[in-house]
Amino acid sequence: MIAIIDYQAGNQTSVRRALEHLGLESEITADPERLRQATGLIFPGVGAAGQAMGLLTETGLDSTIRELVTAGRPFLGVCLGCQIMLESSEENDTKTLGIISGRNVRFDPAGRDEAGHPIRIPHMGWNNLRPVQETALLSGISEKDQFYFVHSYYPLPAPEYILGVTRYGVEFSSVFGREGLWAVQFHPEKSGPPGLRLLRNFHEYCVRAERGEV
Amino acid sequence: MLSKRIIPCLDVRDGQLTKGVKFQGNVDLGDPVEVARRYYEEGADEIVFYDITASAEGRSIFLDVVEKVAETIFIPFSVGGGISSVAQMRAVLLAGAEKVSLNSAAVTNPGLISEGAAAFGSQAIVLGMDARKVPVTATIPSGYEIVIRGGRTPTGLDALAWAKKAEELGAGEICLNAMDADGTKDGYELTITSMVSEAVSIPVIASGGAGHPDHLYQVLTRGRASAALVASIVHFNEYSIADLKNYLKERDCPMREIRQGH
Repeated sequence: MIAIIDYQAGNQTSVRRALEHLGLESEITADPERLRQATGLIFPGVGAAGQAMGLLTETGLDSTIRELVTAGRPFLGVCLGCQIMLESSEENDTKTLGIISGRNVRFDPAGRDEAGHPIRIPHMGWNNLRPVQETALLSGISEKDQFYFVHSYYPLPAPEYILGVTRYGVEFSSVFGREGLWAVQFHPEKSGPPGLRLLRNFHEYCVRAERGEV
Repeated sequence: MLSKRIIPCLDVRDGQLTKGVKFQGNVDLGDPVEVARRYYEEGADEIVFYDITASAEGRSIFLDVVEKVAETIFIPFSVGGGISSVAQMRAVLLAGAEKVSLNSAAVTNPGLISEGAAAFGSQAIVLGMDARKVPVTATIPSGYEIVIRGGRTPTGLDALAWAKKAEELGAGEICLNAMDADGTKDGYELTITSMVSEAVSIPVIASGGAGHPDHLYQVLTRGRASAALVASIVHFNEYSIADLKNYLKERDCPMREIRQGH
């Protein structure tokens, strides 16, 4: 069972529906025991970093997340969930989980798109992802595939964690982490076939991890 | 590169499409879930649903439709039509929509935009605005006035000023419908679209007037829109989403490709 960490994030139901469509068992839960029993964890998120971090601390989910990541449980942060895995965010000047070194910064409104126009903020819509390191999560995904993004801040992880990049005014890391501990800035649950492929890749990794094959 | 989006718009009444949609083979389809699935598979980048139901009963049927759509398509979709409270926004978002579109109610009560943005984030709030060309006056310097209730009621609001105000209040996107172009198939209204696009930094979806792929090309380039709403041009089988995307791609307009093999 894949657990979707429940802290009232706007997209948690969409993530469950996408897994259901793939025929994969999942559960939206905040119960630490259920989270410990899961083969893998998806950490969703939509909205503002300050508010989300506040909810995680209040419920104690922050320490459960740290515990399970330390134990090596497969983990996938999505959108705001991905940003919260870093150490801090310029959004509401928030200290975040610090599972991966790095921080989140706001898009510079002076940034220019390929046509030379100022970029619009939020970065909203479909954009490419260029894998820069091989990773199980991106198996079968190519530079031609596009994913759905909605965000005004972007992650700036330590360079060794960068797995894939996307260009929007700047080139930023849209996929980062390491094998089994992944963060994606876009919404795989809303990115059509390549997004569903990524979720299936995550599930397959969870199954292999449970069997001790990774 | 960020793609330009093509967004089919579906009007729903009592859980059914108000006008049938015809796909290859000329089968009339009135089921919004089935039509959403077909557009998803054809490469629509997003879908907009407008609930034009008046009754409370029709509204609850509509929420069932939203849930079924959310189980069927895995791209973003938004919902509009008569939304006038945070409770209504919550209901459609919980049913599975990514975004809600506010229109008339936001004009009467602009605080609705900021309340929605505070509760669900700006990314979930689209301001839908209907603009009509009028003589330039001191109160309407852009020459485009906001009209509400399906165009029946002029508001005295300047379209450009209202767009800027909505951005300040926290709207994450603007869907701009030019009333004069709507239904004409003569092309989008480029003047007001480019004026609004240049005045705000949030994305602008152009609506009203699509009759030929070149109309989309014009509004996505000269009109500076981030996305184009399409209705009858795709509903009656004149062009498929793929036809529109191919036309635009050949002209170097960045488009999302559907790649087989996942």
